[in-house]
Amino acid sequence: MSGAANDFGDIDTIVVGGGVVGLSLAYGLKKAGERVLLLDEGDDAYRAARGNFGLVWVQGKGLGCPAYARWTMQSAAAWPAFADELRERTGVDVELSQIGGLTMCLHDDEMAERAAQLTRLRHDLAQAYPVEMWDGAAVRKLIPQTGPDVVGAVWCPLDGHASPLRLLRALLQGYDSLGGRLAAGSRVEAITPRAGGFHVRTTFGTFAAPKVVLAAGLGNRTLAPQVGLTAPVAPNRGQILVTERVQPFLRHPTLYVRQTGEGVLQIGDSKEDAGFDDGTTLAQLSRIAARAVRCFPLLERMNIVRTWGALRVMSPDGLPIYQASTRHPGAFVITCHSGITLAPQHAGALVDWILGGTEPQPLQHFKAERFDGMATH
Amino acid sequence: MAWQRIEDGSDAVPVRLVVEGRPVQARAGDTVAAAMLAVGVAVFRETPVSGAPRAPLCMMGVCFDCLVEVDGRPNVQACMTPVAEGMQICLQHGARRPEGA
Repeated sequence: MSGAANDFGDIDTIVVGGGVVGLSLAYGLKKAGERVLLLDEGDDAYRAARGNFGLVWVQGKGLGCPAYARWTMQSAAAWPAFADELRERTGVDVELSQIGGLTMCLHDDEMAERAAQLTRLRHDLAQAYPVEMWDGAAVRKLIPQTGPDVVGAVWCPLDGHASPLRLLRALLQGYDSLGGRLAAGSRVEAITPRAGGFHVRTTFGTFAAPKVVLAAGLGNRTLAPQVGLTAPVAPNRGQILVTERVQPFLRHPTLYVRQTGEGVLQIGDSKEDAGFDDGTTLAQLSRIAARAVRCFPLLERMNIVRTWGALRVMSPDGLPIYQASTRHPGAFVITCHSGITLAPQHAGALVDWILGGTEPQPLQHFKAERFDGMATH
Repeated sequence: MAWQRIEDGSDAVPVRLVVEGRPVQARAGDTVAAAMLAVGVAVFRETPVSGAPRAPLCMMGVCFDCLVEVDGRPNVQACMTPVAEGMQICLQHGARRPEGA
C-alpha cells in the first residue's frame, strides 16, 4: 500500500461523490468548519444528479414508514431558507417554487388507490398532513389547460420543484467559496481503514482523513463493505423528455410534468429495471409522451428537443440509507433517491449527526441493517 | 440592405406573404428565411431567456435561430419552410405561446 499524498493533519473528512447528495454533505461540512476533500469521479460516472426531475416532493412518500414522511416534510420546510442561503452566498437562483403540486389521475381506480394510500399514511402519521384528493373540476379550476381525461388529482400544498442543475452549481460554488477542496476526475479504487482514519486510493492519488463519508450513489454498493458498511442499492431507470421553451402556463409541478423556470416542459414517469443501461427507448418515451398529452392536451403541438435516461439509486425499500460504521468509526454511508428534496436535511441535520451530534430521531429507520439477511441482487 | 438577390429574378413566379402585418413579395422556391432576409428583416426573434436578438445563422436547419410563427404555428424553422401564397408570418418575442397549431 502506497502512502497518502497528505497526512492525517490537513483533511478532516473525505466525501466520496460529487453529486447532489455528496455536494450537500460537503457544503454542510465545510460550513460547519470541517476541512473537506470532495472526490468526484468524472463525467463518465452515472451522475443521477444530472439526470433527475427536480421535484421537492412530499406527497406519496412514507407509505409504511411514516418516519420517512416526517423526514421529507422537515426537509421541504427547510427548503426556502436553504435556497435563500445559497442565493446569498453564490448569486445562483435555484428556481425554487413550493406553491403546491399534483399527481394527475386518469382513471377512477387510480384515484381510489391513491385515496386509500393517503388514508393509511394519514393514520400512520398521526399528525397534520395537508394532502387532499381533488376531483377533475377542482384540478381544471387551478389549471385550465388540464385535459378532459383527468378524473382528479392528489394535491399537496407542500410540494414544489427546483432546478437540479442550478442546485448543483450553487452547492459547488458555495462549497468552493468556503474553501472546500475538490479533486475532480478521481475515481475511488479502494478505501483502507488505518489507525487514525482511512486511506482512500483514487486514480488521482491516495488521500488520508479521520472521517470518510460515502455518497457515491450506485458506487456505494462496492465502497461501503470496505469500511464495514452495506449499501444494497440498485439502478432504476427513468426516462425524461424536454420540450422547447414555452411561455409559462403550468405554475404547479405535477408528478410527471413540470415547467421549468426557463419555460421548458419536462416530462417523465418511467421506472424500469434496465441494469446499468442509462439509454432511452422509443416505447417508453412514446408512453410517457402519450400520458402527458392526456393530462395537458396542448403538449401535443410542442416540439421535443431532448430526451435522456438516468439511473435512480434505489435501496430495496426505496428509503434512504444513513449509517455510521461501528466496525470502523469515522466511516459513514449516505444514499437516497430524493437528493433534491432532502438536500437541506443532508446539508444540515445529517452533517450535525456526522460531526458527533445527536442522531435525528428518524434515522433509526434508515439503517442498512434492515436489509440484513434479505436477498438482494 | 444587408442581403440582396444574386440574379434579377425577372422570370420568377411571385408569391405574396404577410410578415408582421406587412405585405411582402417573395418568389416561388424561396424559403421563408430567404424571403424575409431579402426584404430586410434583420431580427427574426428574441430569445426566451435573455431577450437577445437572433437572425438566421446556418440557413440549413441546424441552428434553430430563425424560429418564427407561420400561420399561427409557433417555433417554425424559417430556413426549412418554403413560402406559400398568403402565408402569415409573425416574429416571436421570447418563448412561444403554449397554444398554437
